[in-house]
Amino acid sequence: MGAYLIRRVGYGLITVLGVLFLLFVLFFAVTDPDDIARKAVGERARPEVYALWKKNHGYDRPLLLNRAYAAGDSRRYTDTLLFDHYRRMLTFDFGNSDADDSLIARRLKEGMGPSLSLTVPLFAFGLVLGVLLALFVAFFRETYIDRAVLVLCMLTMSIAGLLYIISGQYLIGMLLKWFPISGFAFEPYLAGRFLALPVLVGVVSGIGADVRLYRTIFVEESNRDYVRTARAKGCGEVRVMLAHVLRNALIPILSNIVITIPFLFTGALLLESFFGIPGLGSLTVEAIQGNDFSTLRTMVYLGALLFIAGQILTDISYALADPRVRLT
Amino acid sequence: MGFLSNTLVVLLLVGGVWLARLVARDRYWRENATQLWRRRPLALITLALFLLIGVLDSVGWVGGGASGEDDVAALRSRTLIDRLFQPERFTEASYSAPLARLSFYGGQPLKHPGKHLLGTDILGRDVVYRACKGVRVALLIGGFTSLIVIPIALLFGVFAGYFGKRIDDAVFFLMTVLASVPSLLLLIALVMVMGRGTLQVCIALGITGWVHFCRIARGETLKLREAEFVDAARALGVSDLTIIRRHVLPNIAHLIIITFALSFTGLVLAETILSYLGIGLDGSWGQMIDQARNELSRTPIIWWNLAGASVALFVLILAVNMIADALRDIIDPRTRREGR
Repeated sequence: MGAYLIRRVGYGLITVLGVLFLLFVLFFAVTDPDDIARKAVGERARPEVYALWKKNHGYDRPLLLNRAYAAGDSRRYTDTLLFDHYRRMLTFDFGNSDADDSLIARRLKEGMGPSLSLTVPLFAFGLVLGVLLALFVAFFRETYIDRAVLVLCMLTMSIAGLLYIISGQYLIGMLLKWFPISGFAFEPYLAGRFLALPVLVGVVSGIGADVRLYRTIFVEESNRDYVRTARAKGCGEVRVMLAHVLRNALIPILSNIVITIPFLFTGALLLESFFGIPGLGSLTVEAIQGNDFSTLRTMVYLGALLFIAGQILTDISYALADPRVRLT
Repeated sequence: MGFLSNTLVVLLLVGGVWLARLVARDRYWRENATQLWRRRPLALITLALFLLIGVLDSVGWVGGGASGEDDVAALRSRTLIDRLFQPERFTEASYSAPLARLSFYGGQPLKHPGKHLLGTDILGRDVVYRACKGVRVALLIGGFTSLIVIPIALLFGVFAGYFGKRIDDAVFFLMTVLASVPSLLLLIALVMVMGRGTLQVCIALGITGWVHFCRIARGETLKLREAEFVDAARALGVSDLTIIRRHVLPNIAHLIIITFALSFTGLVLAETILSYLGIGLDGSWGQMIDQARNELSRTPIIWWNLAGASVALFVLILAVNMIADALRDIIDPRTRREGR
């Protein structure tokens, strides 16, 4: 187990280094740092302002090799954009935003709370509702109820996420006036009122794909031998579904879900931006619209980091449950 | 531009005919195709209609515009769809309602009463015309991207799976790295970095979607490498490349087709998000939806812009989803066994 653990974590670390290299290529080699600076200070800025901005944001170094130092000097390699990029990302020193010079780390800390307060209920409601609905459909498999729900799922899957948000805001927020259209508050009752609509819209827009996936898992499980045994010993169909199929189907369902948990932290891009929730999703959208490359870079890095961590955790829990995995 | 797109259309049509002949010649594909047609006739007709509009909107030539236009407009190539709708002749006041005859204030007759089936947008352009123009963009996003992606993914995936060892390690690492970055964020980062244009967005979508195809090709090739007919071919002294061409590729073709159909909708829907973020393709439905999203709060409400774009988007996605679903049922041996 120990060797497997070390190997798995080691591969994860190498992947992180690979992701960082990808980010370096994208954000420093493909994008010219000069372009970033020009977008930040304006086309007509004086050369001094321009040079100062580049210096302050650490864009003034050469990419791979600093020829200002002699051949034997280690700073020839360390005083470069590549090395600096790796050093800062790996020590979580994200620096300042390219757009407004605010500390990125502080904005991340501020955005985490609102993001989680949206994504956690969204995740929980979506999971429970999806599993219940799928169980219901699997119970009536190969009947008209099954068909009808599957068609409904297909219809909901074919609508763009943007439309759910627009129509949700219009119908529930503007016409029915049940909940505020957008906004956020840290006080619990108000936050609940503000978050109700985005959670509702998010759950509805994601439910179709989930139900179809879970239903397939349930139906696959209910064709297994142990289900036939359970029926043979006289279990009712309800008991078979709830006690036998559901419990066994939870394993593939959970393994599908564990991987999405890290993304609860990065927030929901569209939902947050539309409903005015000051979370990390909004931060990303602002970064895109404001040409804020350093914030965007940080968000992509964090997203990848969380994903890799989630994957390692999934694999380890698999290894704990199944000894065969450890040996391969 | 006009010449290039004309040539591309001709090439695509030739490719389509060639593919159709291939399908017709092989018994396996012919049976699957007839079964697909029997199961989803409506979805296939819808898709064919969209394809027709897309082709009509890709064939164009210069000239034939309204009289008295400036030089720039006169030199622009007009596609068949442009010639059909003649947008420059029927530009109305902004936001005329569907089939409106009178203007809202004062009841004056409009310039082209009753001409606009779905009204006009803020610049007075016909909504039906704009929705039709969006067809080509959507097909370009889904189809053109896959055209770039599938050959590359096949090359990497099949070689990694077939030759294993170092090649497999390298490809697998590349796949892990690309898959680690959340796809939407990677997509955004790529478009931000490369700039905003049709080709750039397609390449960005391709890089993001590439991993999925590659993983499937690699996994399936790994299985096929151990198959007995591949062993037999190798024992007979057939070269590796011939084995790949003759035994591996035909046996993963069905998976690639299913994956293509499934990823098509994802690509088109991803573009709507890009459009909302301001980095989408010009003239796409996503952009129409994005522009129309604040029009619902006007009084009187402007719904036709949003409706035109979203219904077109919905119908295309639904048709492709239905076809993909049926295809998977027909082709995938696992679900096939279950059905019986």
